[in-house]
Formats: sequence, structure tokens, C-alpha cells
Amino acid sequence: MQDNKITARNVQVYYGDNQAIKDVNVDIADKTVTAFIGPSGCGKSTFLRCLNRMNDTIDICRVEGDIRIDGEDIYDPKVDPVQLRAKVGMVFQKPNPFPKSIYDNVAYGPKIHGLARNKAELDEIVEKSLRKAALWNEAKDRLAAPGTGLSGGQQQRLCIARAIATSPEVLLMDEPCSALDPIATAQVEELIDELRQSFSVVIVTHSMQQAARVSQKTAFFHLGNLVEYDETDKIFTNPEDPRTESYISGRIG
Amino acid sequence: MTTSLLTTDARTKKRNAAEKRFKAYGLGAICIAMVSLVFLLGSVLSSGLGAFQQTYIALDVQLPEARLDKSGTRDLEVMSKVTTIGYAPILRDALVAQVAALGLTTDLSDKDVGKMISKEAAATVRNRVLANPELVGTTVRFDLLASGRIDGYFKGRVTAESAALDQNTSPEALVLAQELKDAGVIETKFNWNFFVLPDASDQRPEAAGLGVAILGSLYMMAVVLCLALPIGVASSIYLEEFAPRNRWTDLIEVNISNLAAVPSIVFGILGLAIFINFMELNQSSPLVGGLVLTLMTLPTIIISTRAALKSVPPSIRDAALGVGASKMQSVFHHVLPLAAPGILTGTIIGLAQALGETAPLLLIGMVAFVREYPAAYTSESGLFGEAATALPVQVYNWTQRSDPAFFERAFAAVITLLVFLLIMNAVAIYLRRKFERRW
Repeated sequence: MQDNKITARNVQVYYGDNQAIKDVNVDIADKTVTAFIGPSGCGKSTFLRCLNRMNDTIDICRVEGDIRIDGEDIYDPKVDPVQLRAKVGMVFQKPNPFPKSIYDNVAYGPKIHGLARNKAELDEIVEKSLRKAALWNEAKDRLAAPGTGLSGGQQQRLCIARAIATSPEVLLMDEPCSALDPIATAQVEELIDELRQSFSVVIVTHSMQQAARVSQKTAFFHLGNLVEYDETDKIFTNPEDPRTESYISGRIG
Repeated sequence: MTTSLLTTDARTKKRNAAEKRFKAYGLGAICIAMVSLVFLLGSVLSSGLGAFQQTYIALDVQLPEARLDKSGTRDLEVMSKVTTIGYAPILRDALVAQVAALGLTTDLSDKDVGKMISKEAAATVRNRVLANPELVGTTVRFDLLASGRIDGYFKGRVTAESAALDQNTSPEALVLAQELKDAGVIETKFNWNFFVLPDASDQRPEAAGLGVAILGSLYMMAVVLCLALPIGVASSIYLEEFAPRNRWTDLIEVNISNLAAVPSIVFGILGLAIFINFMELNQSSPLVGGLVLTLMTLPTIIISTRAALKSVPPSIRDAALGVGASKMQSVFHHVLPLAAPGILTGTIIGLAQALGETAPLLLIGMVAFVREYPAAYTSESGLFGEAATALPVQVYNWTQRSDPAFFERAFAAVITLLVFLLIMNAVAIYLRRKFERRW
């Protein structure tokens, strides 16, 4: 049995008076890929954003319950969300590189967190991150070119490189392939599989095939509830809940 | 039965006709706008361009020691006792001698010939002599200002008919002036002095310039830029990025929008009450003018800065927060650089607005007749504390004077103001292009 990296207990999320997440309990293991699936508006992205407190930026959003990373309550008043986000990296749905050079995109995180003492170390971090994100070969000759000039798939890999450059322990991915074509998607999926060696990856996806391909554990969300959470194989072959079965067989959602 | 595609049905015809009509309205509106613009520019240029030329009389002037330096010791104290009244006859005599030397005959008395020279010329010569006493006793060639009437004659403003009714000139003087011009004594040159000289009294429009007005406007713009830009940008960043959304911020927001629509004269009254009556700063000083214009420009800058900040896609903020940047880092490293072109454009448009603003300046006394440059460095009240005037106020001031020469100069000042505005807008466009980045 692997250690649990993240444990969530009785998590409730409200947007104003609307409850978006109801009573979610989930344990996310270290060095695994966990997929969140479910129809649109079921709260899977909202829950993902609770894990690095990105919901703090939304004024009307309120989170209750207990979310722990390595046993530490991340909603404790003593926790600085900035420090948390260095530990829990995030890749967004739409590729959103900074309108700066490829190098600066990757180097930004290490710079603000003081991870590199000098230029050589920073260069090394940038190269390592780009290699991990499988972008090094394409980008090494044009590090000074703007990141926004890359193709969609390359941009998303750049965003992944940027996220892993701060050496996070958890990587959250919010539908990272929804804006990509099948070839770029395949590259990113391959990448996710490799990243599993070093991080705990949590991925939100609309594509059940993708969840089946990349994840070891899958959580199915429906209308704000966590309906079922189990080994990916089990969810897709032998789900316990009828709602899960309906969803994966295409009858709801 | 199906209808043929080759014939247009009634509905389509109606739709097409409506579209054509709409296009015609649009084109008509553009044409009206263009014609008005051309008419405006045409009238401003035709009325004002004349003032950029000025008529000068080139004269060899003998500077007799007997009249200018009775002591003979070149003692400045003694020499400065001779006023411009003492210099005027010397210039008159020089012109009379020049006329005689050229063999020109005229019915004019010597006094009337002397009137062809501007009253300002005596002061010019006196200043030259006092600056360099060695000139006394020698003959020096001066380019003297011709009087406003003679200047007006060469620009078509004064004609023989109008001169006949005029106390200050006569048709004979105009004839003589034409003869002198043919002889090369009188010439019309580009008028650099217009941008350098301060204002002049009603009697000598030919000597009036925009120098003090330009300086005053520049000082005010400096004050506005130094205060309005940092205050405006800081408050927009706070309101847009940091402030909690509640009733207070809504109230502030509404009030800023309202302030942008407040008539400028209200800001003038405010400035009069606060800066002059309460804080007792100097009247007519660019400092007070700049402070008032700052108040007026702030809403413009805040509104455009907030719009620029809003237009930065939220995904950039998410990206910065996602890699663990603090709120401030995300704003200063990512949002602000992307918003910079918009902020700069807004600021320059605000400055351009302030540059052309007249009403509030009238209330704080900048309409005063300012004959002297502000004694900037030596003044107790500091660089910005001395009385000055401003470009639009100078226009207002000159249009109030009776002599048509001032009217011409007012239009020339308008042209100068427009050129400054064009330059500022060009800079805004250039900066926008230069810093604009795509994402």
C-alpha cells in the first residue's frame, strides 16, 4: 500500500449560496496518476482547484472541510497559499504561457522561489524541466523566442515544464489536453506517465479514454458528489455504482 | 412552384435597399466630418500662419556717445538712466537717413517715418547696448522689428484703405514700406522669436511671443505627469487587483467615473479654494495649475488604466499564481507589463486633455498678462512657483485684444498647440505599437 499524499475529508465548496462540492472524501496516493472524471459542471475542476487553493482568488468561493497534504492542513490560517502553490504545481486547460521567451517562462518559478543561486544553475533547471516536458529538442535552439509563438501542443508542454521547474510534489492538471489535437495529446499523455515517477499527478479530464490510458486511480464526480473512487481498471470494467456505469457507457453526461 | 435564383424577390430587394441606404448614411456622415475638419484646419492655418513670419527693418544705427552715455565712462548705472524714449529718436533718425540714402522721397514727417519701427525695437537696442557698452560710439547693424501695421501690410492684413482710417499709419507709409522692401531694407523672415519671446503689451503685437506660455505649459505637464501617473496607476492597481469587492469599492468606482465627467471649471474653483486660499500657494503659478490639472486628469488615467488591466487575460494571472507567484508578483511581473501600452496611451491622452484645458486655469489666475519669464532658479517660490501663463490661456488672452495682429497670433498659438497635441498623440501611438505584445 502506497502512502497517501493528499487526504480530503468532508470537503464542501460553495459559490455564494450554491454548493458545488458536497462531502467529498478522497485519498490521493503519492507517485500515481489520479484522474477525476465526470460530466461538465460536476465539480471536478473546482475540487482540483481546492488542492492548491486557487479558489482563494474567487471572492464568493468558500471551502469547508479538511484537506491535508503530507498530513498538514492546507487551509490552516498559518499556511501561505504562495508557499503551497510552489509545492503543488498546476497546468491549466488552455495553454497560458507568459508572453515572454521560452527560457523566461520556465525560469520564472525558480527565480521567484530562489531555487537557483546563479545563472548556470538556472540554465540547468530550465534544461532539465524542458527535457522532462519533452520540449527540449524542439526548443533548445530558440530559448529566446517568445513562448506564445509555439504551437498549441508545444505551448502546453511549455506550461508543464514551467510547472515542474519549481520541483513541486504534486502536479494538478485541469483538462490539459482539451485544446490539443490527437498527436499533441498523445505526447502530453506520454509525458504524464513519465512524470508519475517523480510526482503525484492529479488530472481532470473529459475524455474517459484518456483517464483509462494515463491513470491508476479514477474518481467519478456527479453533481458535486464523489460517486465512486477506485482503481482505474475497476471503474472502467466493473463499476459499483449504477451512475458510474451509465456515465462510462455514455448514457449520462 | 420554386422561385428562380436569378430574380431577386421583394424581401431581398427591400433588405438590399436598406443596406445601401445605411451605407450611404455612414458615408455621408464621414464626408460631413471630413469637410468640417478640412474647413477648421483651413481657417486656422489661413488665419494663423502669417504670425510665423515677421517683418524686420535692417538698419545701420549710429549709437552716439553724447546721447547714450553722457559720462563717457561706460558706467552701466549712468547708461541705464537713458530709457527707451532716449533710444527711439536714434532709430528714427537712422531710418530717415536710410530713406534719404536710397534717394526715396516721401511726404511723411520724420515722426511718421519713425512710427514704421516697432516700439519694441528701442528696447531691443537698449538691451543690446547695456549688455555690451562697447557698442556706444560705433555704428551697428540691427534687424529691427517693423511696426505691427507695416508687418500687417506685407501679410495683407492692412491695406491702403484701412491705413487711411488709422492713426498709427498712413497710405504713404505703406508706399514707403513697399519701396524699402524693394530696396532690400525691409524683409520678412521666419519668426523664431514667436516661440521665445514673452507676451507683449497691446501697443506692440509684433513683439508678442509664446515663450512664457510654452514654458508654463511644459512645467504644468511635468507636474501632472509626476503626480497623476503614479497616483493614478497605483490607485487603479489597488482597485482592480487587490481591493475587495464591496459597497465601498463600488462607491469609489462610481465616483471616479463621475469625476471624469465633472466640468473642468469646477476643478478650477476647487483649486482656487484649496491651493490658493487655503494652502496659500502663488497665484498664476504652474505649480497650482499643475495640481488642478492633476486632479482633472486623475479620473481619465484611472479609468484607462483599469480598462488596460481588465483587458489582460485572467489566464496570465492564473499562470503566475499557479507557479507560486504572490499577488503582487503576478501584478508587477506579468499583468502590468501587458497593460503598459494601454496605460501609456491613457496617460498621454489625459496629458493632451490637460494641455488644452483653459477654464480651470482662468480661475487660478493664469490668465494674467505675464511680461517676464519666471525667474525659475533664483526665485524663492521655486521652479514652479513663479507666475506664468499657458498655451490655451494665451490664446484666450490674445483673442481679447483689439489689434487684429493679436488675433493672427492667437491662431498661430492654436496651431502651435495643435502641433504639440499631434506630437503627443504620435508618441502615444508609437509607444503602443512598440510595447504591444500578443498572447
